[in-house]
Amino acid sequence: MSGGETPLFEVRDLRVAFGRHGQFHEAVRGISLTVRHGEVLGIVGESGSGKSVAMLAALGLQPEGARVTGSVRFKGQELVGMSRRGLRKLRGSRVAMIFQDPLSSLNPVMTVGAQVAEAVLLHNSGISSRAAMKRAVELLELVAIPQPDRRVNQYPHEFSGGMRQRVMIAMAVANDPDLLIADEPTTALDVTVQAQIMQVLADLQHRLNLGLVLITHDLGVLAGQADRVAVVYAGQVVEQGPVDTLFAAPGHPYTRGLIASIPNMEVEKERLFSIDGTPPPLGRLPAGCPFNPRCTQTRDICRSVVPPVRGAADHTAACHFAFGISANTDNAA
Amino acid sequence: MTRYILRRLFAMPFLVLGIVTLAFLLTSVTKGDPLTAIVSDRQMNNPEVVAAAKARWGLDRSLPERYVIYVGNLLQGDMGTSFITRRPVAQDVLYRLPATMELVMAAMIVGSVMGISLGVLAAAFHNTVIDHAARVFALFGSSIPVFWLGLALLYVFSVQWGILPGPGRVDPRAALPPAVTGFITIDSLIAGNIPLLLDALRHLILPAFVLGWAVAGTISRLVRANMLEVLGREFILTARAKGAGEFRVIVRHALRNTMVPTLTVIGYSFAYLLTGAVLTETIFSWPGMGSYAVEAARGLDFPAIIGVTIVGGVVFLITNLMTDVAYVIANPRVRLG
Amino acid sequence: MTISLTAPRKVRRLQWLSLPLAIGAVIVIFWLLATFAAPWLTVYDPLEMVGRRLQAPSWDHWLGTDALGRDVFSRTLHGARHSLPIAVGVVAVAVAIGASLGAVSGFFGGFVGAAIMRLVDVTLSFPPMLLAMAVAASLGPGLGNAAIAMVIVWWPVYARLMRAQVLEVREREHVEAAVASGAGRVRVLTKHILPLCWTPTLIAATMDLGQVILLAASLSFIGLGATPPTPEWGSMISDGASQFYSWWVALGPGLAILTIVLGFNFIGDGLHDYFDPRSK
Repeated sequence: MSGGETPLFEVRDLRVAFGRHGQFHEAVRGISLTVRHGEVLGIVGESGSGKSVAMLAALGLQPEGARVTGSVRFKGQELVGMSRRGLRKLRGSRVAMIFQDPLSSLNPVMTVGAQVAEAVLLHNSGISSRAAMKRAVELLELVAIPQPDRRVNQYPHEFSGGMRQRVMIAMAVANDPDLLIADEPTTALDVTVQAQIMQVLADLQHRLNLGLVLITHDLGVLAGQADRVAVVYAGQVVEQGPVDTLFAAPGHPYTRGLIASIPNMEVEKERLFSIDGTPPPLGRLPAGCPFNPRCTQTRDICRSVVPPVRGAADHTAACHFAFGISANTDNAA
Repeated sequence: MTRYILRRLFAMPFLVLGIVTLAFLLTSVTKGDPLTAIVSDRQMNNPEVVAAAKARWGLDRSLPERYVIYVGNLLQGDMGTSFITRRPVAQDVLYRLPATMELVMAAMIVGSVMGISLGVLAAAFHNTVIDHAARVFALFGSSIPVFWLGLALLYVFSVQWGILPGPGRVDPRAALPPAVTGFITIDSLIAGNIPLLLDALRHLILPAFVLGWAVAGTISRLVRANMLEVLGREFILTARAKGAGEFRVIVRHALRNTMVPTLTVIGYSFAYLLTGAVLTETIFSWPGMGSYAVEAARGLDFPAIIGVTIVGGVVFLITNLMTDVAYVIANPRVRLG
Repeated sequence: MTISLTAPRKVRRLQWLSLPLAIGAVIVIFWLLATFAAPWLTVYDPLEMVGRRLQAPSWDHWLGTDALGRDVFSRTLHGARHSLPIAVGVVAVAVAIGASLGAVSGFFGGFVGAAIMRLVDVTLSFPPMLLAMAVAASLGPGLGNAAIAMVIVWWPVYARLMRAQVLEVREREHVEAAVASGAGRVRVLTKHILPLCWTPTLIAATMDLGQVILLAASLSFIGLGATPPTPEWGSMISDGASQFYSWWVALGPGLAILTIVLGFNFIGDGLHDYFDPRSK
C-alpha cells in the first residue's frame, strides 16, 4: 500500500452477526478493504455473500438486532462505536449511499424535489427551504434529468426506473460527499438504461473526485469502471486487487468462475458458463475453505484447513492454490 | 374509480330499503296485535286515536299492504308518534341528532389523536416496554364498559375533585345560542359567546374521552401494524442514509405513508362510536339520539325505537360510504391505477 | 468492540406473545371458576338481604352492600354464572348460523348466496347497539330475549368471515383435485374446504366473547336484559348509577366486566399475533 496519504475509507476485520438469545451467526466474517480518495472500488459477490450487509453496517445502518465488530475508518475517524448523532452527521453529507431499487427507495408520497431538498436541508442548518429547492433543481440538472424545474414537483411513480435512479444519485451527491457507496445501482434496471446510469456515476465520480464503492453481482459491470476489485464469498473477501490484473490473472477459483460467467459477445460459445451450486447458508459453512464444495480444483486440504491469504502486496487471494502456487504443506493438519 | 362510486351510490337505496324492511319486520314481531306498536297503552282506550292509527297505517290490511303503506309513510317523513313525547318521531330525532353528532365528532377527534399517538409510539419503540404499555392501554379502552367508566370518571372528577362539570351539555342555567348547526360549540362560536363555548367544551371533555378511548384501541392497533410495515420499507433506509434523525424518519416519512388506511379505520370506527354514544349519553345526560333511544327502550316506545334504529342505520350507511369513497380517492395508486 | 448500532435503542426484548396470553388465560380461568363454583366461593346468598343497606366495604362485606342490603361481592361473583354462559351461547349460535350461511354463500353462490349476502349487508348496516335494542325491545325484557337479539346482531360477522375464507380456499388445487375425482359438492365443501377455514372465525369468536359480554351488560344496564333481582353485572351498574354516592355498588360489577373482557382481549390479541407474525 502506498504510504503517506490516509485512505479515505478503511475497513478492517468487519464482522456482522445476526441471531437471538445467544445464538449468533455471522453474515460478514472479517471483511477488510480500502478505498483511497477518488478511487473506485468494486465489490462483487453473489446474493447473500454479505457484501451489502457489510457496507450498511459500516455506516451504522445494519438491521435491528445485528452485532457489529471490527474497525471502519472514514478519513481517519472510527465509525464503529460512534454515537448515532455523529453517524447521522456524516451520512448524506460526507458519505452517501444509494440502493438497488429506486422505486421502493424513494418515498412514494413525497415529491422528488422535496426528497432531494431534504438531503440539503438536513446538513445545512441555515439554508432556507426555497434555496434548498433551488439546489434540488440544480442537482436534477446535474444528473441530466430533462426539464428539472417541472419535474422537481413530480412524484416518484411518475418517473421511469432510470430517471428515479438519477434522482437517488442527485440526492446522494447533494452535499458533495467524499465517498459514495452504490449498492447494486443498476441491477433493477433495463440493460439499456444500465449503461446510462453507470455513465452518470462515472461522470460524477470524475467531476467531484468521489471515492466510489460499487457493489454488484456482475463482474462485467466493473471491467470498465473500477480501479480495484474485491471479491466476496460467504462473508469474506476471497480476492482483491487492481482490476486489470484481477481480470488478467485471477488468483482465486471463484474469481475465475465469475469471469468465465460473463457473457462474451465476441467469442462463439455453446452455452453460458455458470458456477455450479449455491452459496452456503448462514451458519452452516463447510469445514475448511467455504468455497470447496463448488470448486473445480478442490483437494483434501481445502476441505479441512481454512486457506490463508496469499499473494503480493496489492493483489491477494484466500486460496491454498492461489496464483497457481501449490499449497503450503506444513499448514495441513 | 367513478364506476366504483356510482356502483355504491346505486346500491344505497336498496340497502336503505333493506333497513326499512328489517325495521318493519320488527314492528310486526311485537306480540299479537300490530296496534301495540303504533298506539301506546294509554291511548288504547281512545277510539279516535285507534281509528286514526288504523287508517294511517292500514292496520286492518294484510302484511304486504301494511308494508307498502309503511314505506309510503316513511317517504313522507312520517315515522309515527312517540308514546312518551307525543310528538312525531321524525321531529324528535331531528331535534336530538346534532347533540349526538357533536359528541361523536369530539370523540372521534380524541380517539384518533390517542389512537394514532399510541400506535406510532408502539411501532417506533417496537418490542420495548413502551410498545407493550401502549398496547395494554389501548386494550383497556376496548375492555372497559363505557357506562361504568363514565360513572367512575364523573364521580372522581366532578364529585370528588370538582375540576370538571357534571352531566349535561352546558351549565343548566346558561342560555343557549341561536341554533345554526345544533352544535353548541360551533353555534356559540358563531354568536361570539366565548364563555359559553368554553363551558360547552368543558362539558364535552369527559364524555368525549370516555367514548374516544373505546375506539383508540382499534385505531392504535391498525396504526401500529401499518407503521411497522412501512418502517420495513426501502425508502426508510434511504432517509436514514441521508442522515435523517429517527423522529423525522417516523413522522415525515413513515407516518405519511400510513395516513390512508388510518383514515379509513377512523371512518369505520364511527359505528362503534354510535353504539357507545347510546350509553355515554345516558350517563352524561346528553340530550342526543342515544339517550332518546334508551328512554324509548325503557318505556317500550316502539315508534321511537324503530325510528331511531332506521335513522341510525342510514347515518351509519352514509358514513361508511363516505369513508369508502374517501379511501378510493385518497389512494394515489387506485386513483392513477 | 461489540456495539449495537441499531436505530431505536431497545430496552430488553420482551416476549409479547406469551405474557398477555398467559394473563388472559389466568383471568378467564378465574371467571370460569367463578361461574361454576360461585355458591361455594361466597358466603352470602346473592339474592337475600344480608346486611344493612348501602354499607361501605368492610371485612364482613368485601365490596359492601347495595340498596337492598345484598352483598355486592357475592352478587359480582354470581354474575359470572349469567354472563359467561350467555356469552358463550350467543357466540356459539351466531357462529353456527353465520358460518353455515357464509359457507353456503361462498361455495354455492348463485341467487341464494347473493341473497344471504344482501341480508348480511343490511343487518351490518345498523349500529349493533341500536339494532340489539330494537330487537330486544320488540321481544320484551329478559336475558333470553336479549340473547336472541345479540345473535341476530352478530351472525353476519361470521357469515362474512366464513364466506371470504371459503372463496379463497375454493380456488386451491386440492379442491380441484377432489372435484375431478368425482366427490360430490357437499363432500367437497365439508371435507376439503371447511377444515381450512376455521382459523379466522375462531380468533374472531374468541375476541367477540368479550364484546358480547359488554353488549349484554349494556342491554341490561338500559333495562332490556336481565330482570331484577338477577345479579347481572349490567343491571348492577345501573343500580350503582342510582346510588351514585355509594360508589362501591358499581365497583364490583364494573371491575368484573373490565377484567373478563380484558382477559378475552388479551387472548384474542395473543392469538392474532400468533397467526400473523407480521405484527410481532
